Amino acid sequence: MEVIIKQRINQVLKGDQNAFGEIVELYKDKVFQLCFRMLGNRHEAEDMAQEAFVRAYVNIHRFNIQMKFSTWLYRIATNLCIDRIRKKKPDYFLDAEVAGTEGLNMYSLIADDSALPEDEVESLELQETIQDEILKLPEKYRSVIVLKYIEELSLKEISDILDLPIGTVKTRIHRGREALRKQLSNF
Amino acid sequence: MSCHEDIVDYMHDYLDESITEENKERLREHLHSCAECRSYFHDMKKAIALVQSTARIKAPDDFTARVMASIPKEKKNIGMKRYLRNHPLLTAASLFIVLMGGSIFSTWGEEQNFAVSKQENIVVENEMVIIPAGKVVKGDVVVKNGDIRIEGEVNGDVTVINGEQYMAYAGKVTGQIVVIDEMFEWLWFKVKSTGKALFKGDENE
Ligand SMILES: [Zn+2]
Repeated sequence: MEVIIKQRINQVLKGDQNAFGEIVELYKDKVFQLCFRMLGNRHEAEDMAQEAFVRAYVNIHRFNIQMKFSTWLYRIATNLCIDRIRKKKPDYFLDAEVAGTEGLNMYSLIADDSALPEDEVESLELQETIQDEILKLPEKYRSVIVLKYIEELSLKEISDILDLPIGTVKTRIHRGREALRKQLSNF
Repeated sequence: MSCHEDIVDYMHDYLDESITEENKERLREHLHSCAECRSYFHDMKKAIALVQSTARIKAPDDFTARVMASIPKEKKNIGMKRYLRNHPLLTAASLFIVLMGGSIFSTWGEEQNFAVSKQENIVVENEMVIIPAGKVVKGDVVVKNGDIRIEGEVNGDVTVINGEQYMAYAGKVTGQIVVIDEMFEWLWFKVKSTGKALFKGDENE
């Protein structure tokens, strides 16, 4: 994977945009997922994930080829999401409650609403509750929990992405786990 | 929790997969005898499993297309390079000969004069247009037969015909940057039509 990515990066550096499109295809789901779990909102997640790729493209000449590309890309995306959370204005909660559709949350909007089996509805509700609990975590715990348990990255990779010592990453994961344990203990 | 803090540390070490065999044994023994820690550990593992169970969400279908539409446009001659790479049979040299037969050079490029759109805050030095740092140019900027260096900001599109575009780190363009190489555009068009004709010939054989 990394070998192919590096070939593509070299093509991009020579000016071939199609090669960048291939890179986007390979990572789009992971980056989108990361942004969605960090922000809890599809519109925002899409905007941030798009922005992450655009920034990666514009700054590709600064990418250190010795580094793992995904680490660099996740760093851009994570920083964008953290900035976004810090700047977040209360009126930006677009589809937590889309205007005029009170009670319809994101999941019911994207799901084929007419005939969901009972257990699927339940599982969607559960998904949503878990997402809400992730969103309650302060961003410094949220980012490590998402990288560790949703993106399934190693402590070393997380420490590279966040540019933090492994010890700090560990401490944050521990705090995040403690918080989630409390929040989710009633299930 | 009232229980021993080191036990909770062992739980975290266990979950980080960085626990020593010795401490693992201690943890196991303790969990055996202490219901409170057992339920604590259970809740923590359950919380993790719940987080991990969240459905994998996919990016929207048009995601890549939208990214590609919002990145700065590539120079057009790349299209030709890619074409040549994908059609190794046609080397640049053979193409050149094929195209020379059509005497293309005479039909291209009569007007070679430097020209730039007239706006405030544009500086011109030897056929190089400069948008100085800290300055803002309003409207679309067009440069023909010259280069542009953007250190300040352009509120609009930048079009460079037969020239190069250099963007300083702090430079900014709110619209699109389009670099048109008329020579290459022309060649490109010619290559595509000639290439098609050649391949058609092959298929017929
Ligand atoms: Zn105990």
